[in-house]
Amino acid sequence: MSVRAAVPEVPGRPGPGVPAEGGEVRVTGTTWAMAARVFAENRLAIAGVVFVVMVFLFCFLGPLLYRTNQINTDIANITQPPSPAHLLGTDNVGYDLLGRLMVGGQTSLEIGLTAAILATTFGVLWGAIAGFIGGWLDQLMMRIVDSMLAIPTLFLLLVLAAMFVPSLPMLVFIVALVAWLTPARLIRGETLSLRTREYVDAVRVMGGTDARIVIRHIIPNTIGTIMVNATFQVADAIIVIASLSFLGLGVPPPATNWGGMLSDGVGYTFAGYWWLVYPAGLLIVLTVVAFNLIGDAMRDAFEVRLQKR
Amino acid sequence: MLAFLVRRLLQSLAVIFGVTVITFVLTRMLPGGVARAILGPRASPAEIAAFNHENGFDLPGWQQYLFYVQQLLHGNLGFSYRLNESVGGLLGDHLPKTVLLLGVATLIALGVAIPLGVLQAVRRNRVEDYFFTTVSFALYSMPAFWIALILIQIFASPPLNLLAPIGPQGPISTYLEPDQLTALILPVASLALVTIALFSRYMRSSMLDNLVMDYVRTARAKGVSNAGVLYRHVLRNALIPIVTLLGLSLPGIFGGALITEAIFNYPGMGFLFWDSARTRDYPVLLGVTFVVAVATVVGNLLADLFYAVVDPRVRIAE
Repeated sequence: MSVRAAVPEVPGRPGPGVPAEGGEVRVTGTTWAMAARVFAENRLAIAGVVFVVMVFLFCFLGPLLYRTNQINTDIANITQPPSPAHLLGTDNVGYDLLGRLMVGGQTSLEIGLTAAILATTFGVLWGAIAGFIGGWLDQLMMRIVDSMLAIPTLFLLLVLAAMFVPSLPMLVFIVALVAWLTPARLIRGETLSLRTREYVDAVRVMGGTDARIVIRHIIPNTIGTIMVNATFQVADAIIVIASLSFLGLGVPPPATNWGGMLSDGVGYTFAGYWWLVYPAGLLIVLTVVAFNLIGDAMRDAFEVRLQKR
Repeated sequence: MLAFLVRRLLQSLAVIFGVTVITFVLTRMLPGGVARAILGPRASPAEIAAFNHENGFDLPGWQQYLFYVQQLLHGNLGFSYRLNESVGGLLGDHLPKTVLLLGVATLIALGVAIPLGVLQAVRRNRVEDYFFTTVSFALYSMPAFWIALILIQIFASPPLNLLAPIGPQGPISTYLEPDQLTALILPVASLALVTIALFSRYMRSSMLDNLVMDYVRTARAKGVSNAGVLYRHVLRNALIPIVTLLGLSLPGIFGGALITEAIFNYPGMGFLFWDSARTRDYPVLLGVTFVVAVATVVGNLLADLFYAVVDPRVRIAE
């Protein structure tokens, strides 16, 4: 369960490889090139990117090379240890575990990415509108965000998951419903300072509408925050889905996700069936770490970009 | 300071008002309505109509809301038809246990995370720093339930068999008895581990932020020793953001407690909530949600006030 999701306001998420001190980076070129250069210098982040790409290939191309039956159970071959026929053995109902990791990973990543995109889009618009228009509307919109943030994520998720039968789209919706709050807050804060910039006045003088200012000027200028937050959200969503699966309110079978596999598997730890536990657990941890490393490095990269302006 | 206090209080009240609206809307969104949820799928339309009339669910929405708020103000959080007990009564039983679990685990987490963060900041980019950063990063990226289950596997199963894999089951007054006390160790430890990972990361960066401040140079120039600078100046300032963090991570810690309680069968509020989610006991779910939200708001408020008291810059900036 992500403790971090609840602490959006403490700036500067610490992590490994934070350059912070000094940071005299003499570079030229566009701001994007600058950000990309700082990012590329962070070896951990590059490792993160490589790992994420590999996980995607594994989950989405893997099933084409390694064909397994992930629909029908095979009661004659349950909890088989790894063998040439089943490279990582089989699970408690006879699914091939390596194939199951691919299918489960698809679910985890699909939910994580879709929920992050949905939540970010909605949250960014919400925050930008509230911050730009200001006044009572801003107060109203932000108190709504505060009220929802006051309810601990996992509690809100469980209520929603208990109320609506969790199908895949419903889970995406539920996770996004909770996750949009953080970007809304962050972007509103940035918008407050961006809306007083000269270029906003310039657009206005030229006859640009409010909608144009928000969509074409304010939001693009918050892209760093948006991307960093979206990356962390994918990581959070993977953990949240895992926790929901463990609590018995995840995706219904035969679909699965890494969290569901892990929580099913831990029941067999004492029987010594390690392959039911560690592959799924490690994939969760490594993927989440990879996304967090990428997010950390992106934040550093964009901070440098802001410093140079 | 007074203006800050009043404004912050009003804001918190607005948020709590918002929470009542959310929980109210959630009850009204229940599939089939409250009556269906309580009377079950086999209730006849006449029974449902009677129930709705009896409980005022046939009134206009705003009247129902006012009634709901009035009930809340009188301390009536709802009634669990499944457990045949009021939500308030259930909480009276379960809440103290959660408070105890959270309190002890958070204190231990702070006790470990603060020195750890200081160590990492002082020895930054050395072996110790990398080691603990990696460990906390890994802990942080693990689903909390897995951490707890690994602890059970190590300490509560053969060959060690040191501790009990379930939390204390008796009333809270018996928690000091030896077997209850040992049963508390694993739930507390697994909750503390996750929190340590989070707190030490923030402590490390808070220390690093302060180590480059001008006042450090001033103190050094005045001839204060390294240890003096570190403990009398830097550490004290670095602790301030941790208080805010504590307030803000309250919802996350509640979530962690929910998972821990579910795993260790620890009969606290999180366990009650989880149990109610699985049995779709909506009155309990919404009552507990309201209580947890209020606790979060109060926690944030206290953290903010503390911040304003310790750090004059916050008040001046207002």
